Order: sequence, then C-alpha cells, then structure tokens
Amino acid sequence: MASTRSLELVVPGMHCAGCIGKVERGLKALPGVTTARANLSTKRVTVAWDGDGLDQGRVVDAVRQLGFEATPFQAGAARERQREELRELVRALAVAAFASMNIMLLAVAVWAGLAEDMDVATRTMFYWIQAIIAIPTVAYSGRPFYRSALRALRAKSLNMDVPISLAVILTPLVSVMEVIREEEHAYFDGAVMLLFFLLIGRVLERVVRTEAWGAAENLLSLQATEAQLMEADGRVRSVPAAELAAGMTVLVAAGARVPADGTVAEGSSDIDLSLVTGESVPETAGVGTHVYAGTLNLTGPLTVTVTARPEDSLLADLIRLMEAAEQNRSRYVQVADRLSRIYAPAVHILAAVTFTGWLLLGQGWHDALMAAVAVLIITCPCALGLAMPVVQVTAIGRLLKMGIVVKAADALERLSSVDTLVFDKTGTLTVGQPALANRADIPDAQLALAAALARASRHPLSRAVVVAAASLPLPAALADVREQPGFGLEGQLDGQTVRLGSADWTGAPDTPVDGPHLWLRLGDAAPLLFTFHDRLREDAREVFARLKASGREVILLSGDRSAVVAQAAAELGVDRWLAEVKPADKAGVIARLSAEGHRVLMVGDGLNDAPALKAAQGSMSPASAADIAQRAADVVFQGAKLRPVEVTLSMARAAHRRAIENFGLAIGYNVIAVPLAMLGHVTPLIAAIAMSSSSIIVVINALGLKWRRL
Amino acid sequence: MTVLLYLIPAMLAMGALALVAFMWALKSGQFDDLDGAAERILMDDDDRPAQPVAYPSPVAPPAAAASPPASTSG
Repeated sequence: MASTRSLELVVPGMHCAGCIGKVERGLKALPGVTTARANLSTKRVTVAWDGDGLDQGRVVDAVRQLGFEATPFQAGAARERQREELRELVRALAVAAFASMNIMLLAVAVWAGLAEDMDVATRTMFYWIQAIIAIPTVAYSGRPFYRSALRALRAKSLNMDVPISLAVILTPLVSVMEVIREEEHAYFDGAVMLLFFLLIGRVLERVVRTEAWGAAENLLSLQATEAQLMEADGRVRSVPAAELAAGMTVLVAAGARVPADGTVAEGSSDIDLSLVTGESVPETAGVGTHVYAGTLNLTGPLTVTVTARPEDSLLADLIRLMEAAEQNRSRYVQVADRLSRIYAPAVHILAAVTFTGWLLLGQGWHDALMAAVAVLIITCPCALGLAMPVVQVTAIGRLLKMGIVVKAADALERLSSVDTLVFDKTGTLTVGQPALANRADIPDAQLALAAALARASRHPLSRAVVVAAASLPLPAALADVREQPGFGLEGQLDGQTVRLGSADWTGAPDTPVDGPHLWLRLGDAAPLLFTFHDRLREDAREVFARLKASGREVILLSGDRSAVVAQAAAELGVDRWLAEVKPADKAGVIARLSAEGHRVLMVGDGLNDAPALKAAQGSMSPASAADIAQRAADVVFQGAKLRPVEVTLSMARAAHRRAIENFGLAIGYNVIAVPLAMLGHVTPLIAAIAMSSSSIIVVINALGLKWRRL
Repeated sequence: MTVLLYLIPAMLAMGALALVAFMWALKSGQFDDLDGAAERILMDDDDRPAQPVAYPSPVAPPAAAASPPASTSG
C-alpha cells in the first residue's frame, strides 16, 4: 500500500466559488488525489494523495496550469501552537457563553422574585443551580487568565490578569457562603458574565492576530525561492532553498533569484543587487564571482556552487546586526501595560482598604469581605479588557482589507506617535525598475533600433528601452540578434553591426557616466548614450508632500550612490538625505535619531535595511521586500503605491485616540461605581447593568473606526 | 412551582446540547473557513464536508471509493 502524503499550497488568486470549484476539481482529477480542499479565508489549499504518481512539483504545476499562482506553504510549529491557543480560547468562550445565559435566566428570576417575595427555599434552590453551573465554568473558562496571572506573579509583577483572576475565583466562593447563610444576594452571574466579556476581548484579539500572521506568512511563501539543484549524475530537480548545503551545485536561470550564497562556477551574467545593497546598477558576474542569496540574476544562466561557512555569509552579518539593533532599541511599553501597572495595584489597595475599613467600623468580617469582593468585581476591567482588542480588531481588519498586513500586536500603537520617517530609496520609494532618462536626446530612429535589439533581453535596462519605444515602429530588418551576458546585445542591420551595451562592448569613450546607462553603436558611427533612472512610485511625490505638511520629518537613507539619491531627494522635495550608507550605519543612523528623542518609522525593503527596521520604533516593508526585511518589519504593505504608509499612520493615530477614549470611559465608569461598591451598595443587578453598559459603550466607540475616513 | 422541577433541567439540557453541538462544529473545522462556506453554497456539484486533513503529519484517510478493492492477504 502506497503512503499518503499531503501538501498545503498558498493560492492568493482565489476569490469566489468559481475559483474554489476550479482548483478543487482540477486537483481531484490528478491521479491518486484523495482530498483537495480550498480555504477561501486563508487562501490556501490542502491536498492529500496516495501513491508515488505525484510529487510536490506536479501538484503545484497543476494549480498553475489552471491559471492560479501557487506556492507550497511551509507550516511552522509556531503556527500550529497559535491555532491550538485560539481554539482553546474559543472553547472557553463557548462554555462561558452557555453558563452566563443560563445563570442570567435564573438570576433575572431571582431579581424579579425578590420584589415579589420569592420564598427563601426557592431562592436558595435557584442559587444552588447557579453555583452548579458557575463553579465548573469558572474553573474551565478562567484558565487562560489564571495562567497569565501566575506567570506575572512568578516574575514578581502584577498584570491586569491578577485582579481578574482574584475576582473571578473569590466571587463564587463568597457567593457559596452567602447561599449557605441564606443571604439575599449571590454574585454567580457577575463572575461568569465578567469571564464572558473578557473572553470576547481575548478571542477577538487572537483572531485578528492569527489572520494577520496568516496573511504575512502567505506573502513570505510567495517570495520563497526554489533552487534548481544539480545532482551528481547531472539530473536537475527543484528543491526549497532552505534545503541547500555547502558544496551543492545549483542552476540559476536568467530572471531567477540566487537561492543561496555561493561562487559562480560557470557562465557570466549581470546581477541585480538592489535587494542586498540598495545599489540600482546591476553588477557583472563571471566565473569566481561571489553571489549573494536574494539577488536577481538578469541576463545569462549561471551555475553556482553553494559556499560553506554560513557564519561568514552576508546574511549572518545582518542577523548579528539585527540582534544588536533589537537589544539597543528602547523598550516600548504599551499603554495598556503602563495603565495596568497603576491599575492592578490600585484595585488591590482599594479592595484591601474596603475590607479593613468595614472591619474597623465594627462590621463583621463577612460584610467586610462581601464589600471587598464587590470592589474587585466592579473595578474588574471588563470595559478595559475590551477597550484595546475591539479597537485593534477594527483597525487591523480594515487595513488588512486594503492589503496592509499588521504583523506585530502593538505595531499600531508604536506607529501612532511617529514623528520622523526614514525611507530607503531603491525598491521602497522607487518601483525598482529603471526608466529611460534622456529620451529627449535620442532620435526616434535610434531609439527604435535600440528597442529592436533590446527586445531579445531580460535585462532591466533593455526592458526600459523597449517601454520607451512602445509607440515607435521597430525596424524589421534586424537579424542575428544575440546577447553576451555581462556586456550587451549585438545584431545585423543591412550588413552593419549594431551593438547595445556597456562602453567596452560598443567601444565608447571610457568617460564616467552617472547612473545606469547603455551605449548604442551602429556600424562605425559614434556611440549614442542612453541614461536611465529608477522610477519613483507613482504617488510618492503627493504622499511626501502630505507627510511633510502633517509636520513630520522625512529622511532618505540609501545604499545607492550620492548622485542618484540626490536626484530622488530633489524630485521628492526632501532636504535631508544620506547616500552610500552601509547596513550597520543604517541602524546607527536610526539609533542616533532615536537617542535625539525622535520617534522613527523606518520604511525599507532590502536585506541591508533589516537591521534598521529592527532598530526603529516602527517599521514597514513593501511585499516585494527581501524575506528577512519582511520578517523584521511590523507592517507589510502590498501594491505599487506608497499611500499605504500614509494610511497606516493615519489609522494608527485614529486607533490610538479611540483606545485612549475607551480607557477614559472605563476609568470614568470606575470613578462612579467604585465608591458605591466600597459602601456596599452594589447589588448583583447593579453590577450586571454597570458591566454590560460600559462594555457596550466601549465597543460602539471602537467600531466607529470602521467608517472613519482615512 | 413544581413545574420548575421539569423546566429547569429541560432548560439546562437544551443549553448543554447547543454547547456540545458548537464544540463538535468547532472540532470538525466548520469555523475554519467562514468566507469559503459563504461561497460554496453557489457551487453546483454536491459538496461533501471537508475530510479532516491532518496538518503537520498526514493520517491515512479512508481509501478512495474509486480505487479497486485491495487484495486480501493471508
């Protein structure tokens, strides 16, 4: 019997029932497939098959042939744990919901009965039934809070969960005593309702985080490079880049990314280093050249030997820098944490004061304890527990719909106070594609000729020439076009040789030219210069203007050459820029700005930006960014525009304002309710009304973010 | 008031039943893809519920209906 294997694919293009059906039917038609199930929420497809007729590559190809982009998804252990935690919270919530509904039915009966002279025996029976439901519920549903409270206590600190746990455990216990003494009030409903509301907050928080992480993982999976591994017997097979080891030989086709650090064993080509250094001009690579993982092979196929000593690789250096940057970053304390540092001790002190106060006034310890517990239950941050999560869920959910993935839980809060924005240039402000700069200097005929040659090449400069000549008729007589990787193109026109490429290739004078450029030479005529510049994202100028109008400082920080950076800065109207900055210095610049008291947002996409992304208070990356930069960034945005940066900042501010308002509401409610509780005037009915009304107000206030204009 | 002796247990039983039903639905993955569930109703072909596919380590699913009966050994 053949073994069963399964695979999870990321298929971002699925949007409707038609897509699901197409993918599932297409996969089920493959030999041996037993299950194919698409998940539209996560944009993933799970496939399981029997037998050896299929492998990963064939399944992926099958989906691609259906017209959908697809990549294997690498599930991590962390993700599995997250799913399990979410399920546990949902189970706890379900139990709490069931219990609070049933207890509330009985409790309402008691409240009504109290006014109508319900006899003591019936009331006591009702309370006992409530106790039977409430005690197991508190034991089961409260576990997430108890665990967190215990962790805090072990670390000798207080968090919000300590008073919550105390209130939730003490209330049913005290209530049981009350029922035994046949007293008028019992608070089972209060304890369970508190749990129910708090769990709603926790579940919402977890759901939105799981969703955002899922989206971030999908983006990363789509970026993952597959390596074409050459076996000893000369066969080539496709393996994930992570499985490569030193000494292996990989083939890198023109247009593919280099999967691992290595040296070129065969072939020559141009390598686009922009993701690594920010440099926008491709470098020539030949036999013996060292190439870095993540760089793009532009023109010729290469055979690369993966090198040993990963600790010496560029990546290892960057990871060391990132760790250093993270340690140096001043720890940001969330508002909720800052608040709970004051709040949790205050609650305990109030309860203790109430208890001793009642004792000192000569009341029995029983009445004193009741009043103290009432203080705990009333102050319990029901509204506080919902204040942040509902704001976060609304804000992060709305950003996700716009293609902005907020990965870090506290990212929005950190972004809300940003006053200085630092941008990388290549690939972040620019689209990473050059465009012809000196179109005005080039006659149409020459441009058409260059484009006819350039059509044969995947080099970005060639493509830019083709784009520039889009409206011109191309000469048809061009023949024998060939590309010499690392040098240029050559063709025959009416018996004359046409060359497009570097100065060496065309015999142009060796005068230094700023920025990327090509020379065109027809026969013996003087070579003609084509210069290029990287195009800015289409809305970069407006976004910059608005960011500056909002009073924030904007700085350009690039690894590219001065002339290029200066030009981009001038175009964007930015006065402060730094060029030719090394990765370590990028993080240093951020650290210096932070030390001066600026709150810095770093926006970058390259490997070289990763340490700076870690060093800043907040960080963003485009979805086209290098793997490591995406992992380092708090927020990843999709699309060709820069506007998501502005939208995220504005949403972060709005969310922060709502959160503060919500805290204000919750505290205002406490100012009214706590004195009542301390005086012992809080009956279960009052507690129930106070808790639910404050929670509802907080939720409505947070939901306002959904319709806010950005 | 003796009617309460029936009504209260009945109330609790119904509530508990709903709770068990929810737990079952959660466990069988019915809340894993809410967007997909909304769209699937538009698909023409009869769609059976998802087979619980193990995520990290595959578990042998029941043999596919189309496969020929395996030869019995021994």
